[in-house]
Amino acid sequence: MISATDLKLTFGKGTPLENPALRGMSLTVNQGEFVTVIGSNGAGKSTFLNALAGEVMVDSGKIVVDNQDVTKLPTHKRASRVARVFQDPLAGTCEGLTIEENLALAIKRGQRRGLTAAVKKQYLDTFRNSLSSLNLGLEDRLGDKMGLLSGGQRQAVSLLMASLTPSAILLLDEHTAALDPKTARFVLELTEKIIAEQKLTALMVTHSMKQALEVGSRTVMLHQGQVVFDIAGADRQGLEVKDLLGLFEKQRGLTVDDDSLLLG
Amino acid sequence: MLSNIAFYGALETGLIYGLVAFGIYLSFRVLDFPDLTVDGSFPLGAAVAAVLILDGWNPWLATGCAALAGMGAGAVTALLNVKLNILNLLASILTMIALYSVNLRIMGRPNLALLQEETVLTPWYDLGLQFHQVPVLLFSIVALVSLVLLWRFMKSETGLAMRATGANPRMARAQGIATGGMIVLGVALSNGLVGLAGALFAQSQGAADVTMGVGVIVIGLASLIGGEAVVTPSTVLRALIACVVGAIIYRLAIALALNADFLGLKAQDLNLITAVLVTLAIVLPGVRTKVAGRLTRNKA
Repeated sequence: MISATDLKLTFGKGTPLENPALRGMSLTVNQGEFVTVIGSNGAGKSTFLNALAGEVMVDSGKIVVDNQDVTKLPTHKRASRVARVFQDPLAGTCEGLTIEENLALAIKRGQRRGLTAAVKKQYLDTFRNSLSSLNLGLEDRLGDKMGLLSGGQRQAVSLLMASLTPSAILLLDEHTAALDPKTARFVLELTEKIIAEQKLTALMVTHSMKQALEVGSRTVMLHQGQVVFDIAGADRQGLEVKDLLGLFEKQRGLTVDDDSLLLG
Repeated sequence: MLSNIAFYGALETGLIYGLVAFGIYLSFRVLDFPDLTVDGSFPLGAAVAAVLILDGWNPWLATGCAALAGMGAGAVTALLNVKLNILNLLASILTMIALYSVNLRIMGRPNLALLQEETVLTPWYDLGLQFHQVPVLLFSIVALVSLVLLWRFMKSETGLAMRATGANPRMARAQGIATGGMIVLGVALSNGLVGLAGALFAQSQGAADVTMGVGVIVIGLASLIGGEAVVTPSTVLRALIACVVGAIIYRLAIALALNADFLGLKAQDLNLITAVLVTLAIVLPGVRTKVAGRLTRNKA
């Protein structure tokens, strides 16, 4: 379980470029939930994810993961509980390292690293098994450099790496946005499969309203650094993009009047 | 073209600069941390070893302390960068400048002679080898042991975390790696190797001098880049071998240039030759790719 309470964060405080990214964001994600997050550019989606991961520190508010207050902890100290896949397919892996070395880094996520060999024999079966589930033939290429793989393949491996060890939450930051439509579909299906099989708790940011409704068990919309609506269960069943837009219009009418939004 | 003594002399210094190249590989290549501290940590190693040897210490113990002093210098640079957010290059220049004073303080004067002292080389002269072959044998062993240890380290969990820190810090953090700690450890190790090289250099040359560090960074880079041009560094092991090969080639090239009478070069031209060689080493691989590209395009 992960809960964020009244998160506030302003970039460039006291400068002409002052930008309040989070304005009292609160969200609780329960064990086993798969939440999709939508919102326009500048709604605070990425900042929210970065705040949960520890890449940015919030000005105020509280973040609790599995009953531990992690608000003040840097990224690497949250890594044992928080797994992450980035938007940029090149960001989640090291291109200069081999596939097995990348996986060996991930299998030790958040744990102590010693002076024993990083790629251990007993890992290799695990690596091959999980890679073969991708059906990309990567299980026979453990010694290949990551840089030889395509963006889609690298994103698929990033997903495997994030699910190699247990975590309290998996953060997916528009992880299919930089891929071509066919590869994006493949990676999305893989995401759903891994999350379902391992019963992971996940938070997925997406730009597509359609995707936000089709995938996962709950949808949250962010606007101007706050949650504007949050639907799950029966209310979410059969909801379509136009309903979502309607809902948003209604909410927007209540909260802010003068704002132009671009919704994908 | 080269006399026997000049040849072995080039090998001897080449092997020592191979250790410097290891250090520069760690900072520049593995951590992507342009570190100029080495110009200070090389004479620091020499100064510490010389003072301790003159004080009657066991020369190996003195050499070990020199390596530790180098690690300390590297750690200072890295901490200036990680904790105080000073740009890495600037942090290393600050440490380098500070070390000039520190080295003078350690030695108490600009240079110290070690001519009659027992050094790490002394017992090896009893083996019956020719006089100029002894340092080559000993420094080959030191270089080989360092290479194997470094290679094993780079393949370890911590070593892999260090490589990830340099290659992709955001990913490294997400995997739970304390990237700041890795930078401190890596730059410290790097300068430890350079301190070790300085200590060995002082013992083989019979003196430590406060100015002996000038241009060490350029020589180390020349060795690294030259070695990479000859031995493609596709794996860690090859990259480390490239460091030693590059350093030896570099010293041989210098010896040849100085020995070729028709060129009319003298010892004072050393730095100019170094700069020309480094420029060539940086530019030539690019030219080669371009030419190769043109050739294949013409074929197609």
